[in-house]
Amino acid sequence: MSTKERRPISHVPDVAGNGLLDRRALLGRGIMFAGATAAGAGASLTGAAAEPLKDDPWSLTMGAATPQRQEPSRFEKNVVRTLSNPNNEPRNSHARTPHHLLQGTVTPAALHFTINHSGLPDIDPEKHRLVIHGLVRQPKIFSLEDLSRYPMVTRMGFLECGGNSAPMFSNEPFQGTAQALHGLVSNSEWTGVLLSTLFEEVGLDPKAKWFLAEGADSLALHRSVPVKKGLDDAMIALYQNGERLMPGNGYPMRLLLPGYQGNMNVKFVRRIKLLDQPSMSFYEAKTYSQIIPGDRYWKFHFLQEVKSFITHPSFGHSLKGPGFYEISGVAYSGTGRITRVMVSADGGKSWGQAALQGPVYPQAFVRFRMPWRWDGQPVVLQSRAWDEAGNVQPTRSEFVAARGETQRPVASPLAFPNQHYNSITSWGIDSKGEIKHVYA
Amino acid sequence: MSTRSLLLSLALTAVLGAGTALAETPGLGKNITENDIKPWNLDVLPDGTNMPPGSGTPAQGAPIYAQKCAVCHGEKGEKPAPGYAALVSPPKFDRIDAFKSVTYYEFATTLFDVIRRSMPFTTPRTLTDNEVYAVSAYILSLNKIIGENDVMDAQTLPKVKMPNAGKFIVRFPDRI
Repeated sequence: MSTKERRPISHVPDVAGNGLLDRRALLGRGIMFAGATAAGAGASLTGAAAEPLKDDPWSLTMGAATPQRQEPSRFEKNVVRTLSNPNNEPRNSHARTPHHLLQGTVTPAALHFTINHSGLPDIDPEKHRLVIHGLVRQPKIFSLEDLSRYPMVTRMGFLECGGNSAPMFSNEPFQGTAQALHGLVSNSEWTGVLLSTLFEEVGLDPKAKWFLAEGADSLALHRSVPVKKGLDDAMIALYQNGERLMPGNGYPMRLLLPGYQGNMNVKFVRRIKLLDQPSMSFYEAKTYSQIIPGDRYWKFHFLQEVKSFITHPSFGHSLKGPGFYEISGVAYSGTGRITRVMVSADGGKSWGQAALQGPVYPQAFVRFRMPWRWDGQPVVLQSRAWDEAGNVQPTRSEFVAARGETQRPVASPLAFPNQHYNSITSWGIDSKGEIKHVYA
Repeated sequence: MSTRSLLLSLALTAVLGAGTALAETPGLGKNITENDIKPWNLDVLPDGTNMPPGSGTPAQGAPIYAQKCAVCHGEKGEKPAPGYAALVSPPKFDRIDAFKSVTYYEFATTLFDVIRRSMPFTTPRTLTDNEVYAVSAYILSLNKIIGENDVMDAQTLPKVKMPNAGKFIVRFPDRI
């Protein structure tokens, strides 16, 4: 690379207010940050003098035994899910993904969010069966071994609870991490058998317009899904990030409906019944039919609509003085690929386009990144996403105008005032570098 | 049939045969009859499809409720244990976070179905169908959706007029 292309960071142009820099600075397309050696200490924004080097104890002795299954370093013990029901009282249990402590796009399986409505069933995979019946030519039953012999597909896909981000329905900003606000979404690589393949086996009656999927959990939780989705991209998922599904994510098999409300992606799936009408199960009739302003109610929301949020920096972090930071977060949409993410550092007055870390998959997380030079003054960071279907993430005021907000502040992330929240999230950073959740 | 046309038809058979072979599915599942699926085939539909035989009244449901449901959902469906849902509330949903109970459901079959498949929470699927009809009737009557002496069965329960029926809007019709 020529010297001419090595431009010091102070020469990277601002693209929006409060120090947002050109995203191409991150992509090596002609603009490089100055290293300490290239431009001298004066151009380095984090160039404190280092201590002389020495060997630490771990560099002077043989390390620990190699385990069969690796665990994270003991120094990463705080990278865990937050639990709503740690003592497994007879009710549901939520576990939220710590987005503010993760990077990239793949959620480690152990940190994938889970909502279990009656604990974790201890399912013997040898005995588990999937039956497909109802409006079909020939009802059939499949073992895990049967399904494992079918042609499989692998795809990236986010899963999001319809109640994710629900604390943001609060009329005052709920103070919590990205984990508390948005921890009920995660992203994995899923492998399994397309449902359309199994539909071919049983032969659909033309009258079949819906199917219900039912789990082997003690509630026999079930949801109705249009056959249209079943024939499009629905999957009986057997693997998550290359290994068998985690128990909390539906071991040994679950329905995967890319881009659709998490609860519909029925875990431990044991029965699929083809129907001429929706069954109006408890969850679709109550929890996921939400109240909208004006004494009206929505049903069959299905889609998890376009959303993004900044994970770095965010609530729970603090900035250690002015200088360079990379702003980054995740964006995803139930209606296809993310095409653009814009970032603002001045509460939405001006916006700069973030870099998207490819490849960008449909109905999956994409990581966005934005170089930023913080001058130490108060700022409000926001991200806003667009998808290939032309949908744009709403501002909070646009969202509230359409969907309303609570009359009193929400006190707990377990409150779920309503469902399907997807507006912009704002992080306010004060001059000390402390971060709060704000509405802007 | 001439030799030529016989050969042609043999050739066609070979081609079609090969085509059929390619379109074959792996065929790894086992056939099963609807009769053998019955123990799992618990769903009931809004129009009454698959409602089981049996019946129950509010008076028959009250003692079953008191014994098996009140510990979580509260006496007469009110004042539930902390963390559990009441089953009785007015059909008033003028706030986006209004409490939803049975009065929110569009169809009474939803109530029957969830009791039959999921309740009692710690001992699911232990109620008889008569008991499920009776407890459904009791909860509907507590909410004043049916009368105190109404009998719930496969014919009457799906016809119960719920207070919110007809108020639900399909969010994304093109997805159905």
